Amino acid sequence: MSIVRSGIRGRILDVVFANGTRICAFLVLLIIVAIMVSLLIGAWPALKKFGPSFIISKEWNPVTEQFGALVAIYGTVVTSIIAMLIGVPVSFGIAIFITELCPAWLKQPIATAIELLAAIPSIIYGMWGLFVFAPFFGDHIEPWISDTLGRLPVIGPLFSGPPLGIGVLTAGIILGIMVIPFMASVFRDLFEVVPPVLKESAYGIGATTWEVIKKIVLPYTKVGVVGAIMLGLGRALGETMAVTFVIGNADRLETSLLMPGNTISSSLANQFTEAVGEIYTSSLIALGLILFFLTFMVLALAKYLLIRLTLKEGVRT
Amino acid sequence: MKTTAYIFLMAMVAAICSMETGGSYAGEVKAISGAGATFPYPIYAKWASAYYKLTGIKLNYQSIGSGGGIKQIKAKTVDFGASDAPLKPEELDKWGLFQFPMIMGGVVPVVNIPGIKPGQLRISNKTLVDIYLGKIRKWNDPAIARENPGLNLPGMNITVVHRSDGSGTTWIFTNFLSKVSPEWKEKVGNAKAVAWPTGIGGKGNEGVASYVKRIRGSLGYVEYAYALQNRLTYIKLKNRAGAFVEPNMDTFQAAAANADWEGSKGFYVVLTDQPGKDSWPITGASFILLQKVQDKPEVAKAVLSFFDWCYKNGQEMAKKLDYVPMPEKVVNLVEEAWKTQIKDKDGNPVWP
Repeated sequence: MSIVRSGIRGRILDVVFANGTRICAFLVLLIIVAIMVSLLIGAWPALKKFGPSFIISKEWNPVTEQFGALVAIYGTVVTSIIAMLIGVPVSFGIAIFITELCPAWLKQPIATAIELLAAIPSIIYGMWGLFVFAPFFGDHIEPWISDTLGRLPVIGPLFSGPPLGIGVLTAGIILGIMVIPFMASVFRDLFEVVPPVLKESAYGIGATTWEVIKKIVLPYTKVGVVGAIMLGLGRALGETMAVTFVIGNADRLETSLLMPGNTISSSLANQFTEAVGEIYTSSLIALGLILFFLTFMVLALAKYLLIRLTLKEGVRT
Repeated sequence: MKTTAYIFLMAMVAAICSMETGGSYAGEVKAISGAGATFPYPIYAKWASAYYKLTGIKLNYQSIGSGGGIKQIKAKTVDFGASDAPLKPEELDKWGLFQFPMIMGGVVPVVNIPGIKPGQLRISNKTLVDIYLGKIRKWNDPAIARENPGLNLPGMNITVVHRSDGSGTTWIFTNFLSKVSPEWKEKVGNAKAVAWPTGIGGKGNEGVASYVKRIRGSLGYVEYAYALQNRLTYIKLKNRAGAFVEPNMDTFQAAAANADWEGSKGFYVVLTDQPGKDSWPITGASFILLQKVQDKPEVAKAVLSFFDWCYKNGQEMAKKLDYVPMPEKVVNLVEEAWKTQIKDKDGNPVWP
């Protein structure tokens, strides 16, 4: 029996299949456009009322109906940056250890543990953050931070303040922990597809493990690595419940990272159900629109970075 | 092909709709539906399960928040709505709605100060406002010490805790602060979510309770039931009569009994800062909203029968869950109003 189906029936099936996949692909575009349009329509009253000052105003007052997104944007960006500062190096370390240095019998247990961590719902991270991490952090780490880092000249103000255990820094750390399993498992998959022959050749000419990573593994996987970091960043930007639990949810702009703040997604989670009045609801939707653009910009930046990387390659060879 | 699929889809939609509203069956009513406030959800659910065992009538209550409940009753997608804050009479008239108080609770300020036991600390209204405005920042401030001569208060920073989500609890609390302080009214105001001058926000009563438990020197506000169940250190507040009172069932009921229900159009009564020397100053009722003109009088009757049963038989269940039942005087007033306010399309009263 042949696996090739001949005749009219095969051709019809082919057309059906091609169109089926096409519909699936177009559906994604359609959904993106639909979300965009409905966000724009929903956000319009607020954008019309406040104009561009919506983005730079730090006022968020449901009583007087004066709304600005600056506090939420700042919180979203800063927590995500902290998360990346923690998440990227650690995930990187995990992935390198598993693929290059780990004894064979330990590989599978660590890999499974990471995948299990990735499967934990974000609310669990939030509750763990609130009940376990925040008290520990507030009692033992934050006093130390404000006594040491808080005394430094330039960055001091970022790390001073009462040790509440709850705030922007805590939220960033929890986010960092949350993106680690995700990025680590993608990194590991990427590093594993590097052809052994390349690595062995490098080892063969006397390269150290670090040199192999830097000169062989990373260049070979860089497209995927950038993609994974951006996906991790996307998750950090949009994470809602875990952040809501530990960030302190205060709509004020504070210099110190130890003080409470707010993010776009936690503002939405907190306020959407009880938001009354057109401008209030619309301002919240406008926040959603801004998050949409932030994520879009992150993806665009990732693409741009990749293009730059490939261009460089072209010059070198 | 297309038409068949379309008809099938429509049939599905119709089936789902009739399931949702529950009450749209002709004849005998088997289910009633409501949506709204989350605060009374546990007691409504408890009443509903007891009532179902008794009568076979099922209540579908979605605790989606007061705002959502108000939207749904306006759109008539549910048989009744529930809200923690009463609607103003003008708004009731605009949408043809009727409201009545169903169950009460109190908002209780709680503190975490080493060495201070529940009910020991007394705080005057002005001091409470000044703390929430960020003007008083230390527990040994003279304004606090003056009211508490015997207590040894530490020179600790005060960390203010508030709700981060929009909530009826915040509405009642800020309503109280606005009533007792013109400054608060002007600077911050009264709403389900406000621009807090200071402090950190916890999500839900449980969020505030856990922040207060873990941050030393904190002051927050939670529903009475949460303060009780989490053994938080509640404080005494000064009421309008000038007496310091403890939060409990009796002081909440005193506030409700002393309020002017007769003279208030559309039962628009906010139980904060009520007269009477036993009244707890931050008490609040949760309200039920109904359409005044009922398209389906048999459903309206079933809804009212359920609430009538709750008023008469649900008191003990409510107390067990740390809710405060409405005083009998108020119940009688409400049931009188049902007779004249809720009508079918031809203007005939639905109740009794």
